[in-house]
Amino acid sequence: MTTTTPHEPPGESALALPAELLVRMHENMVRARCLEERLIRMNKQGDGYFWIGGPGEEAFNTALGLLVHKGQGPAYDYLHLHYRSSATLLAMGADPVDSLRQMKNTASDPYSGGRNFCNHYSVRKWNVVPVSSPIEVQFSMAPGTAIANKRAGGRGITIVQGGDAGTAEGDFASCLIWVSRPGNELPCLMIVTNNQGGISTPASEQHGEKHIADRGKAFGMRTAVIDGNDVETAYRALEKAMDYVRTERKPMLLEVAVSRLYGHSSASGANLITEEADCITLLEKKLEERKILPRAAMDELRARTTQELLEASKRVREEPQPDGSTLYDHVFSDRDLVHDAASRGNGAS
Amino acid sequence: MATLVQAIRLALHVGEERLGVTDIFGEDVGPPLGGVFTQSQGLRTAWNTPLDERGIVGTAIGLALAGQRPVAEIQFCDYAFNTIDLLKLAGGVSWSSAGDYNCPVVLMTPVGSGIRGSIYHSHSFDAQATRLPGWKIVMPSNPLDAYGLLLSAIVDPNPVMLLPPKALLRAKAGPDERIPGEPDDERALAKMIDAPLGDRTRWRPEWPDVREVFVPIGKASVKRAGRDATVVTYGRMVPLAMQAAASVASEGVEVEVVDLRTLHPLDWDAVKASVKKTSRVLVLNEDTEITNFGEHLVRRLSEELFYDLYAPPRLLAGAHVPGVGLADNLERASVPQLEGVVAALRELVSHQP
Repeated sequence: MTTTTPHEPPGESALALPAELLVRMHENMVRARCLEERLIRMNKQGDGYFWIGGPGEEAFNTALGLLVHKGQGPAYDYLHLHYRSSATLLAMGADPVDSLRQMKNTASDPYSGGRNFCNHYSVRKWNVVPVSSPIEVQFSMAPGTAIANKRAGGRGITIVQGGDAGTAEGDFASCLIWVSRPGNELPCLMIVTNNQGGISTPASEQHGEKHIADRGKAFGMRTAVIDGNDVETAYRALEKAMDYVRTERKPMLLEVAVSRLYGHSSASGANLITEEADCITLLEKKLEERKILPRAAMDELRARTTQELLEASKRVREEPQPDGSTLYDHVFSDRDLVHDAASRGNGAS
Repeated sequence: MATLVQAIRLALHVGEERLGVTDIFGEDVGPPLGGVFTQSQGLRTAWNTPLDERGIVGTAIGLALAGQRPVAEIQFCDYAFNTIDLLKLAGGVSWSSAGDYNCPVVLMTPVGSGIRGSIYHSHSFDAQATRLPGWKIVMPSNPLDAYGLLLSAIVDPNPVMLLPPKALLRAKAGPDERIPGEPDDERALAKMIDAPLGDRTRWRPEWPDVREVFVPIGKASVKRAGRDATVVTYGRMVPLAMQAAASVASEGVEVEVVDLRTLHPLDWDAVKASVKKTSRVLVLNEDTEITNFGEHLVRRLSEELFYDLYAPPRLLAGAHVPGVGLADNLERASVPQLEGVVAALRELVSHQP
């Protein structure tokens, strides 16, 4: 079992990522942060009814999006994400403007056609299964896609992610049981992003377990607890965890300490919390110290991205809303299963 | 002549051999037991799960999203209540993602009373099931319908719930309810596909070469024609309605019995056609009566056929109590009985506007 304690200082030499990758990750993290800040603004200005998202999780979630084997069908990774995963989607190549569309519930919202809250993605061509609001249900579904991954025989795995508070739900226990059945272990990477609380309730008042990851040990699962605010720790730990699950075809439980920089959602005000560690600030310090990027360039990136998203949000505001006559569309699917089966496994699209 | 539970097994066999079913799973569904009602004996893709209904439904959704063709089972619908939010999610996959994903899950769960099942093996699920938009809900009353509805469920791109009535699982097929290809002799079929008692490790079924019959989802069946009144019913209450119709026939009353077979999407045209003809209608089911699926039917009948009716549309259903009591008198007082159906029909046909 690999267990490291949170905030353990990384051995620089072993963990250091190439400068090029750090720049790429930084850019994605900034884009994700600017997107979330734009979504918050839109909500506060009345251009969207509700905000929930992932500012504070960009380091880990960016690493996840970059390391995913992206494609359609069981030869590729399945992603059971939640509503704090915007940085993962952007790192996979999603257009941030589509997130603005979902916030504004336009007909052009590709994730739900104006039916769901922001950050509730669905991208079939990348195996991103629909994100839904009920906490932790994705952990009950993950064994199903993991069975398909195992059956496909390649290196595709199932990745399921949720928060710390949600692990109190029975679905988390379901997942532990179902992915570790003796002789039927599944290639499933269970990720708990631990921001130390539910909406307003501190985890310390509700959870007696020292580490959530320890629950995996009872099932003989490999576990790790890592600092998700450090991009290099996050990337390396995730790379290692994914490699284990891909190669061994066995489950692993990874607990990741992250921040929640704007609270739970718009329901709790969505105001910046300055006491928590900011993964972008931490990365920018490194980039400056290592002389990879000058301060001015990073500030310029942030300002430019903010401006681009502001302009995009103005355009999105003019896009049509779904027509009431489309209400019943897609209640039932008419997808041709036979044809679909024949075309399955064609790979990434 | 297959029983209803054998018909389910034959359909699952056809499903896994010819229609792409990849997984038939649930509690005690795989070997050695093959289902608490024998419904999954001898099937190649049947496997046992942990005792976790939420895990069963969740895994079925995951399999379906990943292009597999799962048939999942909740052992008794009484134990499906803790899965309601996952069932809601399955029903919402297509709509919520604006058609990006679909969720071709088949979920089987036996329903209803009549096996002295006490409080937690006697619940009905009609009302809960029909409150899950995005699901198709089918409920067979005989072996051929069970076979044909299950085959249609398997090839449907949407979540479909099959609610076989427990009390009818051993019911034999009627003369025109044979599955094409099954042996004439019921004992011959049992010998071929029923697992022996005792050690089954070396037993393999000998499957008859049954042909595919797809009973369309959303199509009712008129089980008996009549001009004086219509009984709209489904599942376990169909044979009861037939008995009641036979009983009042001796009094000169001709009752039409409509077996809905699919609760959603409903064959309203069939209901409407029958009620327009008879002008009197009894809706019959065994679920608890408050917020009962039959109330929906009565609402539509009242709203759409008000001026065609000679009597108020009537619902006969189960008592609104927490469960079906074990004692015989309690069960009889809980769910509709033959005398009650006959009495309701007499009252219906004697009502003068």
